[in-house]
Amino acid sequence: MLEVPAVAALTILILAFFVGFEVISKVPPLLHTPLMSGSNAISGITIVGAILAAGTHDGDLSKVLGFIAIVFATVNVVGGFLVTNRMLAMFQKRKPDDS
Amino acid sequence: MSNILIQFCYLLAAVLFILGLRGLTSAKTAARGNALAALGMLVAVVAVLLDQDVVDFPTVLAGIALGSALGAVLALRIQMTAMPQMVAVLNGLGGAASALVASTEIVNAVAGTGPVPEGVVPLAVALSVLVGSLTLTGSLVAFAKLQELVGGAAVVYPLQRTTNALMGAAAIAVSVLFIANPLDPALLLGLVALALLLGVLLVIPIGGADMPVVISLLNSYSGIAACATGFVLDNSALVISGALVGASGLILTKIMCDAMNRSLVNVLFGGFGAKPSAGGTEVGVETRTAIGYTPEDAAMIFSNARSVIIVPGYGMAVAQAQHVVREFSEVLREKGIRVQFAIHPVAGRMPGHMNVLLAEANVPYEELVEMDDINPQFVETDVALVIGANDVVNPAAREDTASPIYGMPILDVDRSQHVFVLKRSMNPGFAGIQNELFFNDNTMMIFGDAKATVLKLVEAVRSY
Repeated sequence: MLEVPAVAALTILILAFFVGFEVISKVPPLLHTPLMSGSNAISGITIVGAILAAGTHDGDLSKVLGFIAIVFATVNVVGGFLVTNRMLAMFQKRKPDDS
Repeated sequence: MSNILIQFCYLLAAVLFILGLRGLTSAKTAARGNALAALGMLVAVVAVLLDQDVVDFPTVLAGIALGSALGAVLALRIQMTAMPQMVAVLNGLGGAASALVASTEIVNAVAGTGPVPEGVVPLAVALSVLVGSLTLTGSLVAFAKLQELVGGAAVVYPLQRTTNALMGAAAIAVSVLFIANPLDPALLLGLVALALLLGVLLVIPIGGADMPVVISLLNSYSGIAACATGFVLDNSALVISGALVGASGLILTKIMCDAMNRSLVNVLFGGFGAKPSAGGTEVGVETRTAIGYTPEDAAMIFSNARSVIIVPGYGMAVAQAQHVVREFSEVLREKGIRVQFAIHPVAGRMPGHMNVLLAEANVPYEELVEMDDINPQFVETDVALVIGANDVVNPAAREDTASPIYGMPILDVDRSQHVFVLKRSMNPGFAGIQNELFFNDNTMMIFGDAKATVLKLVEAVRSY
């Protein structure tokens, strides 16, 4: 049941997984919460599929489902990146040795 | 825009995601990394909007506007102490979005407006719907527990594991049927229903202190669901991003499990914290009494110290005490005392929870020291101040082979000269295990709300 595109996608999947493992293993515990919220925002990439689902067909069930998916995925993307940015701004404002 | 250009945009987005995650490997580059990842998302969204198949812009833009508004309000309003809830909600929404997108593939095929799913697609739809739906309800249960809408304790009932195993088997059976008959909407609905139920059943038996593992795992699931949807749509951007997030969640899950010296299976199915485990010190037979001291007693010892290590736990988050704790650390430093913070990997309710709270309170991140680096320093430390942490400082984990938490790496606070423990009451921690630390000769308990107590400490030390 496997065909060439699926094998190609599987290849990409496994290589991406290795890259992810290598990169993320180096994230220090200090930044684990921003890592979660930031990677969470990245998983909102499903918005691409949601836009295709809602924007392609007219007036059927898939448009409704696609619309809900767009809303969910956008909350995920916008909320995720913004809240990560808010957290990281706190990590950045290191005070000089006045404290 | 031509299809090949769109594909290049997806590739660019994936590269930006990887560079963004790499930025998160250091506090200095993290904000830039996050911005790069956000730029990657923008590139991907613009590319798909330029796809000639996308014609209904009002619907798409309305959805984006609504989602952006909700997301922005959430992100800007949320309190840092509520960050675990926020991440739980975002995980759930991401999983749900992926499951919905995968479902539309079937809806279109049934309505005759899309291709009949073939090859790997039915399998990918089943996986996306199963994992995505499970992530939604699992995250909602985690949210309810973290928000204390329901009790945070583990919910256990007879035959729980049998029930869960049967439900899991049923979900797999329906998935197989669906893969064989992908055009049967009843099977798809059945799969959704089973997955939603399974998400609830799998998370209710997990206690509050195990939440870091659950949140990490759900994070990973939201990535896996996106990845499966990538196979449904044959879209490399989803496959790559999903794999990155899946890997990230799995790494965090492993780190959290290691920090509790428990296997993932034990965390997920152990029902830890529901009842006092056999072995170790049973609760309720305690005859010793820990002596309560006042902040004024403590002020003398703090004022004569040269070095202090502060150990925050979930109690600090609950009491919203991070700001007064920072103030206290500054008062000590004004007296020439060296102050550091010791951060246990599973302190709090999600990975890195304490770091975020203390950063919010303007504690410079250089003062936040990881467990392995700080542990050798307790021996030469005058005072360790434990604020609302319990199991992560229980020496039984090091010494008592019968203890249920034996083998869990802990912060060796008991090795410092004096230990102050701020605690609401003598109630044992989530694991239901008495903490030997509280009865040590060098330990002094100060009972009360963490924030109120630290405020009194600030005054007492200042005026000492």
